[in-house]
Amino acid sequence: MEETLLDFDLRDKEEYIINMGPQHPSTHGVLRFEVCLQGEQIKYLRPHCGYIHRGIEKMSEALTYPQLVHLTDRMDYLSAHINNEAVALCVENAMGVEVSDRVKYIRTIFAELTRIASHQLWWCAFGMDLGALTTFFYGLRDREHILDIFEETTGSRLTQSFITPGGLMADVHPNFQKRIKEFITYFRKKLPEYDQLLTGNIIFRERTKGIGIMSKEVAIDYGVTGPSGRGSGFSCDIRKIAPYSAYPFVKFNEITLPEGDTYSRYVVRIKEMWESLNILEQLVDNIPQGPTMLELKAVKAPKGEYYQRVETARGELGVYIVSDGGPSPARIHYRTPNFSNLFVINKLAKGHKIADLVAISGSLDLVIPDIDR
Amino acid sequence: MALLKTIKAIGKYFYDIYDGVTSLARGMKVTGSYFVKPSTIVTQKYPENRATLKMFDNFKGELMLIHDENNKHSCNVCNTCARRCPNGSIEIIYKKVEGADGRTKKILDKYVYHLETCSFCGLCVPSCDEFALKFDQEFEHAVFDRGKLTKVLNKPGSSSKAMKE
Amino acid sequence: MYDFTPFIESITSYLNENLTPFWAGLISMVLLGVGILLFYAVLGLYLVYAERKICARMQNRMGPNRVGPGGIFQTIADLIKLLLKELIYIRNADSLLFNIAPFIVIVASIMAIGAIPFAKGLQAVDLNIGVLYILAISSMGVIGILIAGWASNSKYSVIGAMRSGAQVISYELSVGLALLGIITFAGSMQFSEIIASQQDGWWIFKGHIPATIAFVIFLIAGTAETNRGPFDLAEAESELTAGFHTEYSGIKFAFFFLAEYMNMFIIAAIATTLFLGGWLPFHLFQWGAFNTVMDFIPPVFWFFGKAAFVIYLMMWFKWTFPRLRIDQLLALEWKYLLPINLMNLILIAFLTLMKWHF
Repeated sequence: MEETLLDFDLRDKEEYIINMGPQHPSTHGVLRFEVCLQGEQIKYLRPHCGYIHRGIEKMSEALTYPQLVHLTDRMDYLSAHINNEAVALCVENAMGVEVSDRVKYIRTIFAELTRIASHQLWWCAFGMDLGALTTFFYGLRDREHILDIFEETTGSRLTQSFITPGGLMADVHPNFQKRIKEFITYFRKKLPEYDQLLTGNIIFRERTKGIGIMSKEVAIDYGVTGPSGRGSGFSCDIRKIAPYSAYPFVKFNEITLPEGDTYSRYVVRIKEMWESLNILEQLVDNIPQGPTMLELKAVKAPKGEYYQRVETARGELGVYIVSDGGPSPARIHYRTPNFSNLFVINKLAKGHKIADLVAISGSLDLVIPDIDR
Repeated sequence: MALLKTIKAIGKYFYDIYDGVTSLARGMKVTGSYFVKPSTIVTQKYPENRATLKMFDNFKGELMLIHDENNKHSCNVCNTCARRCPNGSIEIIYKKVEGADGRTKKILDKYVYHLETCSFCGLCVPSCDEFALKFDQEFEHAVFDRGKLTKVLNKPGSSSKAMKE
Repeated sequence: MYDFTPFIESITSYLNENLTPFWAGLISMVLLGVGILLFYAVLGLYLVYAERKICARMQNRMGPNRVGPGGIFQTIADLIKLLLKELIYIRNADSLLFNIAPFIVIVASIMAIGAIPFAKGLQAVDLNIGVLYILAISSMGVIGILIAGWASNSKYSVIGAMRSGAQVISYELSVGLALLGIITFAGSMQFSEIIASQQDGWWIFKGHIPATIAFVIFLIAGTAETNRGPFDLAEAESELTAGFHTEYSGIKFAFFFLAEYMNMFIIAAIATTLFLGGWLPFHLFQWGAFNTVMDFIPPVFWFFGKAAFVIYLMMWFKWTFPRLRIDQLLALEWKYLLPINLMNLILIAFLTLMKWHF
């Protein structure tokens, strides 16, 4: 950040600049890293975002609250349900209504399934970043089971738009609970395989341990949240700090590790998958009866400013709504986790090799559309 | 003391080798076990299994206007779905006709659905008070011409249930 | 039983009887060249197919299944596609070096094939320094890779090429030392003699643990030398997009691609010949009946079967492990493989001196 391009006389220092992205296999989207290298050593690094800016916040101002929910799917598409939930909760808070327990439970179940699916995709992409190509298919194979559960109830696999202010778009499918239980038993068997294939692997450990160390202070300074922040010992789980939906009803552990390196960020996510399975197990049998949608005359937030934060698979998502009392927000802002998580990368990657940059950016689990919105 | 350290270092050297090799072997066991079990293949041959491929009932394919066996739909041109749609994917073109009781009535001329702008949020279907809409199971949306994505949902010759002959 | 020597000799004598020595030599060379090229192309393509099928099975997939039954013509279709593709010329690239690099890589691996004994008598040349020749020739390929990376005028390519240079030069040591063990056992560098010395048992069985260690080291170092598996730093898809061949397209890319697979085959062939008894059948103690049955299987099958096993091992590595970082790669060579290898070599020399091997 401190140095600009012009400060360097590259020829004297035998340094050169390489552009990783916007089309590069390991940036998982249209993100560009401007990397200054000396040999293979990273001297400095500047992330350039904005290649997939779609103006979701501005677009939302022209849409009513139920309508703008579907745009949040397209931010962090791997946490689509949780994004929907954030908007729904914020609008519900603004209106001063509370949804039934049934809705809360189903929302939480969906959120945890989303978290597992997201971590699975992260796991397989992370393995692929490090060159273990087989992980990609194992992760996707297991993720299909969750997507099937989503599809059966919501009709979509990725951008579900299932949660809406006031409740849910529809009731869950009769097979819902059965399928989740099947998935829990299935995935409990498959998860140790992840450890055998990647976590324990000596090459993997050497590639990740001690790489990209982020201290707790840095994590707080940069606002790094989610598993990336918790890998640095920063206790930032919104599910614990400010419980929402059905999280007050379940028992679970917040996973934090003190090391702050790539490996600990990895382990946090693997352990979170186990923890999410536990949460699912507690919830799935106890879904209470009740209406799935509140009888609302009109979805309008009263004049004022509202903020709601939730824990997505990548960290803290904040929804900030300024309302003038109309059916659509006067201004809406999303505090997205990936935006904060991205810019710490210069601090982490400096002095490491270019191969480590791939590992570090993989361990931060960036979803590019969430950065640009 | 120095000797002990050396022995420890040598021990660690060989332990590292042992540890590394066993960890690699564990990984190879996983991939190897899948290699010898063809039953674990999860992919399918897609165009061949078209006949047996069934989407879930709730699957959001393309929007459709439900027609009954008499080629009647239940759209009464209230325009709610078009207003609910965040992308303006639904256009309802109506014409005014004089009903039997002498009052002019709107009847559906064309229910235009722009698949190219639809983001499958599903707000239109529950918005319809007449339950005239639903999503079908179609998932093969690819066409060669963008114009083909603009569809007219009411079938030719169909009429509304609300209209009395 | 299955001896190709009379067959080859009959061709040579037929040519010599009917033609002047110059023409006879030329025609036999052309025949040999065409034969090796055909073999190279077909085997290379089917190794690509085999790899795609094997990795698919490991990844719970089906793999190629569209072109031909089970997709067996898939790689041929791919080759046709690559032949028809536009060759992109890079502005500011060194066009001579840029164009010559793929040929250096592919020529190096074709030349290495000439010395490999596929069966008794089925060998282009039986050099008395066969092992040394193959080592020397197959390491020429890295020059092509270095040239390709440099001439592309692309930073990714240069990083890939430099990594490849550092890697191949380091691992060349381990490959050489591992083979030196077997050369010490056999007392010769000539492939036919090395195979003859395994008549009563393959070196991997006869040479006790040191031979096994040498085999494992050879596999690791060989994988590294072909820029494959967990050592594919020169390509490093997720870091350098495609490493040294980022800028190559069409048939020139196909050359690099084919050469990679054929280098893998060459490594497997060396491992087969030196450690696994080459084209010799598998014999078990003095079980006459079993051994006779084994003898009936033609030596070509034995050779390719053993080579396929080694290739499968290398593919298994590739599709299981993550990629190493360049400094770890070099640390593995200089801190682990090389010292072990040297100790192993001393042990082998001792065993040979004391005649303790079987």
